[in-house]
Amino acid sequence: MAEIRNYTMNFGPQHPAAHGVLRLVLEMDGETVVRADPHVGLLHRATEKLAESKPFNQSIGYLDRLDYMSMMCNEHAYVRAIEQLLGIEPPPRAQYIRTLFDELTRFSNHLLWIASCGIDLGAMTVFLYAFREREMIMDMYEAVSGARMHAAYYRPGGVYRDLPDKMPPYKETRWTKGKDLKRRNEWREGSMLDFIEAFARDVPGKIDEYETLLTNNRIWKQRTVGIGVVSPEKALQMGYSGVMLRGSGIEWDLRKKQPYAMYDQVDFDIPVGVGGDCYDRYLVRVEELRQSARIILQCVDWLRKNPGHVMLKNFKVIPPTREEMKDDMEALIHHFKLFTEGYCVPAGETYCAVEAPKGEFGCYLVSDGANKPFRVHFRAPGFAHLSSMHELARGHMLADTVAIISTLDLVFGEVDR
Amino acid sequence: MEFSNSRQKFAANQRSPGKGMSDTTKAISELFASRFGDRVKVGPTVGGIVSIEVEVGAWLEVCRILRDEDEFGFEQLTDLCGVDYLSYGQSEWETDDASQEGFSRGVEGLGPGRFDWADRPESAGVKQRFGVVVHLLSFRNNHRLRLRCFAPDEGMPIVPSLVEIWSSANWYEREAFDLFGIVFEGHPDLRRIMTDYGFTGHPFRKDFPLIGNVAVRYDPQKKRVVYEPVEIESRVGVPRVLREDSRYKADEVDQAADATAEQIASGEAVTGEQDRKDG
Repeated sequence: MAEIRNYTMNFGPQHPAAHGVLRLVLEMDGETVVRADPHVGLLHRATEKLAESKPFNQSIGYLDRLDYMSMMCNEHAYVRAIEQLLGIEPPPRAQYIRTLFDELTRFSNHLLWIASCGIDLGAMTVFLYAFREREMIMDMYEAVSGARMHAAYYRPGGVYRDLPDKMPPYKETRWTKGKDLKRRNEWREGSMLDFIEAFARDVPGKIDEYETLLTNNRIWKQRTVGIGVVSPEKALQMGYSGVMLRGSGIEWDLRKKQPYAMYDQVDFDIPVGVGGDCYDRYLVRVEELRQSARIILQCVDWLRKNPGHVMLKNFKVIPPTREEMKDDMEALIHHFKLFTEGYCVPAGETYCAVEAPKGEFGCYLVSDGANKPFRVHFRAPGFAHLSSMHELARGHMLADTVAIISTLDLVFGEVDR
Repeated sequence: MEFSNSRQKFAANQRSPGKGMSDTTKAISELFASRFGDRVKVGPTVGGIVSIEVEVGAWLEVCRILRDEDEFGFEQLTDLCGVDYLSYGQSEWETDDASQEGFSRGVEGLGPGRFDWADRPESAGVKQRFGVVVHLLSFRNNHRLRLRCFAPDEGMPIVPSLVEIWSSANWYEREAFDLFGIVFEGHPDLRRIMTDYGFTGHPFRKDFPLIGNVAVRYDPQKKRVVYEPVEIESRVGVPRVLREDSRYKADEVDQAADATAEQIASGEAVTGEQDRKDG
């Protein structure tokens, strides 16, 4: 009789459904997964060690490159940790702008998730739909910070600059002109807030479009219902946060439970799943899209009514403006010191967490009183989620691991750091 | 003027981070002292997170109590990381004394990131060099806690593993082992996780060079990936400086909180001035 043995296979590191560089070593019994052993670290860039060799502000750009699908939320955790050690509080307008951009970031992250998850499970159209809307958020990023993705927009003490008065329109090209150009620039005639408002009023209809494609789709349900079920107890034990936790029925959202920025001033609901499977996590994310749109509108409303500063006036931490430097010796000295040496943060340690789109993104910062962090550690939600891969995938079919990896919402920038 | 009004309103409404929890922090500190006695040391509280230091011998027992007893109820280990306290509080640029010659150049000394593999400094008998820092979260009581445990032997740092208590510790401990060389006793699968297969050394230790020790490239002649010693120069632009700042002298928790309030108030005063200037 032939000897029957389990088969070990590599899933990745170059696999389109691995969402980056995941090497998953699977031990298979026929089509069934017996053991899943993720090998991570292929994108390890030692961000935490690099941050130790630079003044505090110079590392903000690295934060964008951790979870490169939710850039500003990462910055938010780091910037808040510095602010907490320095004992400074940004002005309310900056706090509202941060709330606004955190939600836009969540929106763009969930759009990308719904797009890539759709493609992983064979739904092509939703990808095209979602990228249409995501492009507008990229435009907002660009208008406010100059960069489409790696914004480095949040700074200790506020945000780098106020929202622009004018949203840059599309220029006429050989392909975009006349009526088409006019239609594309329809929302872009006013200020940036007008553009964001038009966007946020329009998107609930767009979300309906995605739902038409997926929510009651037979194939979609067959691929996701009952796959990768996590009980609430397991979810806590395995260090889950964010959607993974809410999908399992635990009502926990840092924006409500430990509010930061202006989340205690805006009105929104937390969606919670019942079954803890891939389908519930999908439903929770879709509902979060709708809630984000709600928060965005409230922030736009407040920002319109309350002009003001977006940065603290504190030359010890925040550089003076160019104009101030031209006729003020003190400002010039402070500028020089800040850009050659940076600011010293008082000795101490803190842990600041934000509700990033993927879960709890935390920043543990230890300062010994120097101009560089002594130790900084980033708590990435994806790292904890991926560590439970074996628990989730055991007993499922090979094709289901794709659905599971997909709904974990992994980005290897943050898992590997 | 509308702005300054809203600013005041903001100051009235604003809840400083973790304020909801801070009423209970004092009670929690007392609770720890009475429950664990001298096995734990209660440290300062920043941002509503109590920080306690646990002896390595009591590590597992304290953690188990923190998870199981209702008054603590920490269901989740949110984060675990290693910290290397070598060179803590050291400056690369001494500017204490004025002299005829002026200040020293900032590039002197073997600060972090200023040495290569061959010249890496010897760690000379630093007590309490490696620490394991854990962040716990209680969903029931909505509070966080920071635990710290120092490995007793800096040559071979060993700390008991928490995997039995919180399974989320598994990968975090693998990471701390990989990056700091802290051995977690009782861990079921203590492999490297972040670094390359066959890597030597523990890269996040303070005596590990920032530029690393080996570089990897594809060799077209040998038709395979080869490992070579790094050739790049170590380059750190800004020297590490510690500045005594009288504004941050406050050690006590309460004083720190007062400083925050003061800062907000002074920020308000400055912005108010700005308003006048604008108007």
